[in-house]
Amino acid sequence: MKKFKEIKSIAAYIDRKNIDTDAIIPKQYLKAVTREGFGEALFDDWRYLEPGNLGDNHALRKKNPEFFLHDPKNEGAQILIAGDNFGCGSSREHAVWALMDYGFNVVISSSFADIFYNNCFKNGLLPIVLNDSNMDKLISNVNKKNNIYMISLENQLIKCDDLEIKFKIDNRRKEVLIKGIDDISETLKLSDKIKEYENIKAVKTPWMFNG
Amino acid sequence: MKKTLYDKLWDEHHIYSYDNGYSLIYINKHLIHEVTSPQAFEGLKQAGRSIWRKKSVMAVPDHNVPTTLREAGIKDPISRIQVDALNKNCKTNDLLKFDLEDIRQGIVHVVGPEQGIILPGMTVVCGDSHTSTHGALAALAFGIGTSEVEHVLATQCLLQKKSLNMNIKVNGKMPEYFYSKDLALLIISQIGTAGGTGYAIEYTGNAIRDLSMEARMTLCNMTIEAGATTGLVAVDEKTISYVENKPYSPKGENFSSAKKYWENLTSDNDALYDKIIDIDISESSPMITWGTSPEMAVGIDGKLPSLDDERFSSKRQDLLNAFSYMGLKEKQSVNSIELDKIFIGSCTNSRIEDLRIVADIVKNKKIANNIKSAIIVPGSGLVKEKAENEGLDKIFTKSGFEWRSPGCSMCLGMNDDKLNEYERCASTSNRNFEGRQGRLGRTHLVSPATAAAAAIHGHFVDVRDM
Repeated sequence: MKKFKEIKSIAAYIDRKNIDTDAIIPKQYLKAVTREGFGEALFDDWRYLEPGNLGDNHALRKKNPEFFLHDPKNEGAQILIAGDNFGCGSSREHAVWALMDYGFNVVISSSFADIFYNNCFKNGLLPIVLNDSNMDKLISNVNKKNNIYMISLENQLIKCDDLEIKFKIDNRRKEVLIKGIDDISETLKLSDKIKEYENIKAVKTPWMFNG
Repeated sequence: MKKTLYDKLWDEHHIYSYDNGYSLIYINKHLIHEVTSPQAFEGLKQAGRSIWRKKSVMAVPDHNVPTTLREAGIKDPISRIQVDALNKNCKTNDLLKFDLEDIRQGIVHVVGPEQGIILPGMTVVCGDSHTSTHGALAALAFGIGTSEVEHVLATQCLLQKKSLNMNIKVNGKMPEYFYSKDLALLIISQIGTAGGTGYAIEYTGNAIRDLSMEARMTLCNMTIEAGATTGLVAVDEKTISYVENKPYSPKGENFSSAKKYWENLTSDNDALYDKIIDIDISESSPMITWGTSPEMAVGIDGKLPSLDDERFSSKRQDLLNAFSYMGLKEKQSVNSIELDKIFIGSCTNSRIEDLRIVADIVKNKKIANNIKSAIIVPGSGLVKEKAENEGLDKIFTKSGFEWRSPGCSMCLGMNDDKLNEYERCASTSNRNFEGRQGRLGRTHLVSPATAAAAAIHGHFVDVRDM
């Protein structure tokens, strides 16, 4: 898995709450059987003025010039700032793949939906939760001349000139991103415990092992 | 220590506590469909790992499958590749799968309980957020992403942090024509789509006890739309009789001993919850969503909110976006809204009881002329067969509905069943997000009864007045 330590990048802000994973990556792209190539379809319905499909040449599609990703000042942004309850709805991990394939490495919001939040840490995308007052500070900075932020996961810090915002993240999640830990390998270290559990339960509650 | 139902389920499946607040939780049942599993199988293969317990898996294609001309197979080549990948992965790994031609095929969350593959007390996961459905059987069930699908395939476990406990107490008698779908929308409109984030919700109270198992599934299914990945209902005699005599449920002595275990799957008296919400539904009206989030819902006798309403002052922009997308105005009465399409189906509302409710309302009536298409998509081949044995299909087709083959269909529009731009649909599904049923399509979430009534009138109507 991709590691995350720190980045320096401009931030793109989308002023919208409850951005669901259907909006992040619409259904027609979920027919893919790989994890790559979703970036061009990120926010597809909002980003383009005409419908698109898996396998289209997206460069030929008519863009929505008003969409925030097409604002020249947001070009190359690795940081996405969005409203409350980001990533709600469908469990599709394709949403995380699309954000990362586009080039985002950090998403900042006042809250995230549980499944989306969890999916981020399986792919090396850092979701940062800020309280409302810190969100306000950050958003008011986005339109300033210097919209370049240093984000350090080690120090749990967002920094831009005098603006310094500390963020919270639990230690395990932090370690997973910094070291790029593969959860499956970690879990398999406990194989004996898993087998022991199965042996006990298969006798006590055999019906839990139907199928 | 008094325990909630969630605490009991958690403790029973807890294998190991890490010193960082995380636990390793054992997963009994893993449901798989074609859309969120191919990358997991691929990851497993690349890492040279094998499947931990093959018998824990039940696979079924549902999201991407056609609901017409089933005999002709899947025409769309891209969809076919995905379903073929599921077939191949299941065959290679010797996993239980219900093929498209199998009468047991259907929507994964309908098939699992119908087969007795999901039983009370189990932990259940699926790469699909509506896995919360199975909490109706007092199973700890939640949706996961594809990486976690791979994790469960490889280890039979998940790393989890325990959720908080929320108790939604629903009291009062369910009013006539007010169903569990209406209840779900009422709850979401009150607590919001993030109201349950971080919680496992247990539904309690006499109104919940009065609900059938299928109605409980509808309620638990919609729990994810309130932000909670898990929704639970305690075991009672309805739960036990539902699981009895299902193909994969225990039989004879095994059933008796399982029954004893299941009867303990209730929250202890005086168990502590982190949050309690009381709802009285005795005066509630059937619900309808008017906007682009499931929380944007009102009673069928209500109106769209006013932009001047102070309760929505922080959400003014959301309201404007929703009005604009939906082509509606503030303070508009919802029952005046005209419709183009009707969709009855999805893992929320496609079971036999839902279909019977629809049949009762549309019997000997015709759908309105302005309705371009009205489709009924049963949740599984077995639901379809049962409905046909009861003659429901004849009632539907006589009224002008199309009677389809099982699948997720227009709930998410991955197959041919979708809305065209600006078409407006009364849908018994679970999400009214922008573009959910088709680009620029407009979705109103309702119960099967309200959808059926709307089909006959061509616009929303208070089903209680019919």
